[in-house]
Amino acid sequence: MKVLRPIIAVIALIVAGGVLGMSQGTQMLVGVILPSIAFLVFIVGIIRKVVDWSKSPVPFKIPTTCGQAKSLSFIKEDRFDCPNSKSDVIVRMILEIFLFRSLFRNTNAGVKSGDLPKLHYGPSLWLWLFGIMFHYTFLVIVLRHLRLFTEPVLPGIGLLEYFDGFVQVGAPVLYQSDLIFMGAITALFIRRLIMPQIRYISLDTDYFPLLLIFSIGATGMLMRHYFRVDVTGIKELTMGIVTLNWTNPGTIHPIFFIHVTLVSTLMIYFPFSKLTHAAGIFFSPTRNMANDSRATRHINPWNDPNIKPHSYADYEDEFRQFMVDADIPVEKELPPAPAAEKKEEVTE
Amino acid sequence: MYDKGKVLIGLAIFLVLALSVVGYNMTAGDNKKPEPEKPKGYTACVKSTDYMKSSHMVLLNEWRDEVIREGKREMVKTPEGIMVEKSLQNGCMHCHTSKVKFCDRCHEYASVKPYCWDCHLAPVEPADGKEAI
Repeated sequence: MKVLRPIIAVIALIVAGGVLGMSQGTQMLVGVILPSIAFLVFIVGIIRKVVDWSKSPVPFKIPTTCGQAKSLSFIKEDRFDCPNSKSDVIVRMILEIFLFRSLFRNTNAGVKSGDLPKLHYGPSLWLWLFGIMFHYTFLVIVLRHLRLFTEPVLPGIGLLEYFDGFVQVGAPVLYQSDLIFMGAITALFIRRLIMPQIRYISLDTDYFPLLLIFSIGATGMLMRHYFRVDVTGIKELTMGIVTLNWTNPGTIHPIFFIHVTLVSTLMIYFPFSKLTHAAGIFFSPTRNMANDSRATRHINPWNDPNIKPHSYADYEDEFRQFMVDADIPVEKELPPAPAAEKKEEVTE
Repeated sequence: MYDKGKVLIGLAIFLVLALSVVGYNMTAGDNKKPEPEKPKGYTACVKSTDYMKSSHMVLLNEWRDEVIREGKREMVKTPEGIMVEKSLQNGCMHCHTSKVKFCDRCHEYASVKPYCWDCHLAPVEPADGKEAI
């Protein structure tokens, strides 16, 4: 059921994009105005999210530590898994953002059958592998699309296209990144469906982006290899968007408008969903803090400045008499009281 | 805002990356629709203009396979009754004589680099100075 609703939503988007892309009158709406608005929503949405996060206090120092902290000189320190300084944190963040190291560390528990069944733990790298394949091919695909948004085409895009179509299969040339992208997104979707424990925790909002991005890739490949749309016409339209000089050449196949509808949906959906992890990773307190709470005191930003620190020594100073009276052991005895000594002498 | 400096730097990088495309086209922008020069004296190609515009590469691939791999070298007839050889240099470029004024116009606009010219020799362009390679 959780997968059914996103499927219906994506089909509805495809139908809407197709219907609106069919007639010249509404093509402008769905092909030019919608993506322009979506791009603005994307930018403003991300900024609002980031500002909101940056206003949230981090009360405690909570870096996840995955290695030996800095200790005695003869104990080997794991600098990037338990960073001790700002520079180590930066390296750790870079490795996380570009190599997804936290996913690489995934393990899987299993039972080895034999005479006696034995529990064993092993690496589980599928999520990391499909994740990194997906993200990097997505980057390549986004960069390749710049050919439609820059005139003259940005230097370097041609080279990227050349290497991406290196195997020269078919005409127009098939891009390797497209194949890897579609394979990875399919694998990520199937993973959620067939692994019982992942399926159990998956929600509509997990399936929807996967299905949406799959449909974007599928319509994109259909446009290039099956329908073979009018690329110069499309570039006229896309250049019209980025130069704020809106045009519709009127020769573009409806599949293009389906693609644009889906991409616009992705841009609008992005800042309000799990997809903002792209910006959120920078604000993740378990990643962006150094594990140095023993060396530097972390002040909780929401502490009331009127409440001063009250150490145990102060506490005992305040209540020593009561503690002694109640037979609670104290670290520092009561000062010898001269009056009390005299009384003792009298009773003797 | 906590870490105001760092957050603002990050947001600035994001904004610059997101809006760089618009900025680039504002400065370098020369958004002219490509106009490939059509051969004079002919009115129709072997297929319709729409088909040729979007799918000429498929036709060229089919011709290549038919001619080179299957030996089917029969001519193709245009609506005007002109017989065209299934060949890039002797067929297409018999009428579309200039690569620079025909092929490259759209290909450069759409950043398409067909690998035809890895093997085929491009025709010698008339040395009128401005359009020569």
